Amino acid sequence: MKKNLTRYLLLPAALVGSLSLYALTTPPTLVADANNAGLKLPTGFSALVVAETGARPRHLTITPQGNIYVKLNRVNKSGQGILMLQPTSGGKAEVKTGFGNYGGTGMYYKDGYLYASSDQEVFRYKLNDKGEVTNPSQPEKIVTGLINRRQHESKSIVLDNAGNVYVNVGAYSNSCQQRDRQKGSLGQPNCPILDSAGGVWQFKANQMNQTYGNGKRYVTGLRNVVGLDWNQQDNQLFVMQHGRDQLHDIFPDLYDAKQSAQLPAECMYAVKPGDNAGWPYMYYDQVQQKKILAPEYGGDGKKEADTKFIDPAAAFPGHMAPNGLLFYTGNMFPERYKNGAFIAFHGSWNRAPEPQAGYFVVFQPFKNGKPDGKWEVFADNFAGAPEKVASGRADHRPCGLAQAPDGSLYVTDDAKGTIYRIFYNKK
Amino acid sequence: MQKLSILCFLVFLSLPLAAQKKPAPKPKAPAASAGASKSIAAGKQIYSQYCLSCHQADGGGVQNMNPPLIKTSYVLGDKTRLTKVLLNGLQDVDIDGEPYNNVMPSHDFLTDQQIADVLTFVRNSFGNKATAVSAAEVKAVRAANKK
Repeated sequence: MKKNLTRYLLLPAALVGSLSLYALTTPPTLVADANNAGLKLPTGFSALVVAETGARPRHLTITPQGNIYVKLNRVNKSGQGILMLQPTSGGKAEVKTGFGNYGGTGMYYKDGYLYASSDQEVFRYKLNDKGEVTNPSQPEKIVTGLINRRQHESKSIVLDNAGNVYVNVGAYSNSCQQRDRQKGSLGQPNCPILDSAGGVWQFKANQMNQTYGNGKRYVTGLRNVVGLDWNQQDNQLFVMQHGRDQLHDIFPDLYDAKQSAQLPAECMYAVKPGDNAGWPYMYYDQVQQKKILAPEYGGDGKKEADTKFIDPAAAFPGHMAPNGLLFYTGNMFPERYKNGAFIAFHGSWNRAPEPQAGYFVVFQPFKNGKPDGKWEVFADNFAGAPEKVASGRADHRPCGLAQAPDGSLYVTDDAKGTIYRIFYNKK
Repeated sequence: MQKLSILCFLVFLSLPLAAQKKPAPKPKAPAASAGASKSIAAGKQIYSQYCLSCHQADGGGVQNMNPPLIKTSYVLGDKTRLTKVLLNGLQDVDIDGEPYNNVMPSHDFLTDQQIADVLTFVRNSFGNKATAVSAAEVKAVRAANKK
């Protein structure tokens, strides 16, 4: 009798147990904010605010367990440069913990490790099976001594599938002039900046204290890359370059203010080891669809550049500042988005006195690992109103992108600190 | 003549009083002289040509890149320091606690009068209210700067 009773008691207990397990493994229902968090999206998509960080979040990454790690541009009031958020309900999340006493941009998850960058170093943290950092105050310093002269300081990072980490080292200059951004100043011959910046460096993900000597200059001639991603279809690195500024300010006789607002293109490059994308000697003119010799190096807006420099895979309007790149590999969005590229355009400043542009997330369709067709605005109105785009006084500025395990898309805003989540409503 | 000096004396006396009254309705700033208005108008042209692309039409700058010119200690403060920013450029300096990572190039190719005009414009635009900068002052700073 007693045995039987135990059996009867055990049965519901087991049921409850398995139900809660089921609840743990089922994706939570996503509840859109009333106005889609202020965003304008294609039909069928919705958005919600995951959290307000009150900081300046740059890149973010999401572990298979759904933990969100966010890199802050500067440490918050508690001295933390990385925030960890965990899901609550309806698709939202709250800050659980913070660590890392340095500001920066790079944040990437790969194979049980969290990678983070300051403006001169790259660290990694071991995660446990719950996706929690096990060594918050003692990360492994894998790369050190990268050049940081404030201009183009972000050391954005991504990993491949062969144990390498790729690190952007932006050029600490606009166009390698003898006097940076000085009207009429010409380019330095054999631009010395390229020795230690203006490219992407490759390092081993599991070796400590590497610096330039241990790494490899994987691609050169890139002015500054903030958004980059590893394309799994092509098994290849893709980067978004921030194109040069101030053609009119520096060479008013060659470029008017309108041309200067429009040019040069913000370029997407598919890179191979040893490639040279041509900065500072050239820029890509998306109107003429040509590589043009930079005016600092004898160009006049028409003369073409050396053909040894690689062509962009795709070109976007000038100065929109691509800060995030993400190849979509999830299953939530409609089929046409699969393996295409989302690009977060932080928004321009260098179009003044012409109206500013950007402050949106763009989708670039891909087919067989190559851009296919024209880009389209995917998520708009981060700025809050068209006149706030034109003036550059945007409410929010998209920066980092990440894909959640369920296939929804996260976007950070480094102006107000909002984290958005965009999802598709299955029909 | 005597009346005038009495008046001047009275004005002189009332100055510290006015300064102490905190919420007092702002005494009408001495109407900008014809010279200052001319300088502001000329300065606006210089601003549009050389400053606007970074500091923006509203003087608000760009977060993390180019500093704002609205009521900052640099703009409203010491004229010599401000003049030197134009003559020498500026880099690697936090302004009122915020970092700005872009480089400001030297604008020493502008004449003393042009620098005076643009600084007078900036110090009297975007909500700023500060004394004019004269070409003579710029000339003195430039001369000392060369040493």
